Amino acid sequence: MSILILSDHENGQLSPVTLNTITAATEIGGDIDLLVAGDASGNVVKAAASIANVSKVLAANDKIFENGLAENLTPLLLSLSAKYSHIMASATTTGKNVMPRVAAELDVMQISDIIKVIDANTFQRPIYAGNALSTVSSSEAVKIITVRGTAFEAATAKGGNAAVQSLQSTGDAGLSTYLKSELSSSERPELTSAPIVISGGRGMQDGANFNMLEKIADKLGAAVGASRAAVDAGFVSNEYQVGQTGKVVAPDLYMAVGISGAIQHLAGMKDSKIIVAINKDGEAPIFQVADYGLVADLFDAVPQLEKELG
Amino acid sequence: MKVLVPVKRVIDYNVKVRVKADQSGVELANVKMAMNPFDEIAVEQALRMREAGNADEVLVVSIGPAQNQETIRTALAMGADRGIHIEAPHEIEPLAVAKLLKAVVNEENPGLVLLGKQAIDDDCNQTGQMLASMLGWAQGTFVSALEIANDKAKVTREVDGGLEHIEITMPAIVTVDLRLNEPRYASLPNIMKAKKKPLDSKTAGDLSVDIEPRLTIVKVEEPESRAAGIKVADVQELVNKLRNEAKVI
Ligand SMILES: Cc1cc2nc3c(=O)[nH]c(=O)nc-3n(C[C@H](O)[C@H](O)[C@H](O)COP(=O)(O)OP(=O)(O)OC[C@H]3O[C@@H](n4cnc5c(N)ncnc54)[C@H](O)[C@@H]3O)c2cc1C
Repeated sequence: MSILILSDHENGQLSPVTLNTITAATEIGGDIDLLVAGDASGNVVKAAASIANVSKVLAANDKIFENGLAENLTPLLLSLSAKYSHIMASATTTGKNVMPRVAAELDVMQISDIIKVIDANTFQRPIYAGNALSTVSSSEAVKIITVRGTAFEAATAKGGNAAVQSLQSTGDAGLSTYLKSELSSSERPELTSAPIVISGGRGMQDGANFNMLEKIADKLGAAVGASRAAVDAGFVSNEYQVGQTGKVVAPDLYMAVGISGAIQHLAGMKDSKIIVAINKDGEAPIFQVADYGLVADLFDAVPQLEKELG
Repeated sequence: MKVLVPVKRVIDYNVKVRVKADQSGVELANVKMAMNPFDEIAVEQALRMREAGNADEVLVVSIGPAQNQETIRTALAMGADRGIHIEAPHEIEPLAVAKLLKAVVNEENPGLVLLGKQAIDDDCNQTGQMLASMLGWAQGTFVSALEIANDKAKVTREVDGGLEHIEITMPAIVTVDLRLNEPRYASLPNIMKAKKKPLDSKTAGDLSVDIEPRLTIVKVEEPESRAAGIKVADVQELVNKLRNEAKVI
């Protein structure tokens, strides 16, 4: 067996989630090659080559790959596909964008967002916002898979010494052009890999009140998240959304503040180790998944919590 | 320009799904079904384009059992012009759906296909991207703003780090995210009118598409439920528990 992983990177840094996907690949077994497309900095290639368990790093350093346009990445992945039994990517917005295109070209059914490797052909994945878990097996010649990062430990980033091979560019498909990004420039840890997450919901009432959560986040080294209702209301921007259709997080500690606990929100956080809920409605469904529930007005409880943390 | 909107019939998002005792899937009998919420947003977008004079026909297609015609009627009641129902089993996979949609695109020649970014039942997030590559078209996925001028579309995508703006060549595939718009409700007169709008029926065989599933479902099970927690009396107790019992801060 041999596995190709499309790595995620931004701003010249290998994204941590790629390490989780490598662990999923290790559980399948076989040689693991890492594809790094569009890394002008060279840092990503270097980081990729030093990961334990990586056999080879394939570097396609052309500007057209820099922004992960699916139309350009697909031919590159297809040019490599014949050598692999599995082609994998993290279930990030990049992986989700590109992999189905590759699967369709190869006429295979993709397996999205796996959370468990049963064997090389059999995987478990959540359906219905995680309210059911489906185990599926594939007899396709090549398995196209996206991986839910939070379901696998991160592989060791050091200790490897993989060979780096440069690839020919497959060229610009001429269908799409990257214009610009509006990315948040937070000093806080990234939401999906932060050890602690504190999220606010509609109960926060407005965006300015998120300051209260940010202060606590800074004391705990936490990331800040939000429910869909908070994002829709414009309190915070879309990259904060946790849930079925936002980000999936599984930190050591998740604090839900002014969030009712709709199944679509639970889908994104119920695998957290410890869940805390602060809500003034003692009947709110969030308390059914909370290890520690505090029935209180958040405008009293959150400032107190900040003080208590010292 | 004609806009094609595929719509899926799924368990209503408010329903708590139950896994069947024989672990073959989830219980669908006597469960409230509805249009996939993302597809409603896609229908709404198509209607707004037509109302702004940027589209002249909104065609909806649904693939699944006979009851999917109700989902098409819902879209027609929202204001879509015409429907196509393709008879297929409920559990049809995205790869087969994309192949059927490709056949419809080849017959109908739309300038744009608007789809939901994912269906809330299988949570696959594949169909739009697969259709785009089968057609050799550009794609704008997870879109929260869309602007079409001549043969290009500017799309704003919701990505993990924030927002991304790209330009894609038309005809194109656009998959919509939650914040693109808020779908309208169908009014009673429009629900009545929708009953008279044209709705064609076809089978996968008519379109010469193989829809045999590629994946085998080994089993479907309930996730482990979390052990019940406790209520704390105040913030002090909460911090004490987090420090000394859970040891997470
Ligand atoms: C297709 C689809 C996809 C979706 N995807 C997601 C998703 O990815 N993520 C997501 O989060 N949602 C998602 N949703 C929305 C979801 O169904 C809920 O509507 C949403 O999660 C509700 O957000 P909320 O809990 O912040 O708001 P509400 O449900 O309005 O809850 C607010 C809570 O705040 C409490 N509160 C109010 N004031 C105070 C106070 N002063 N002190 C303490 N508590 C207070 C209230 O008691 C209440 O429990 C999706 C819905 C659909 C249809």
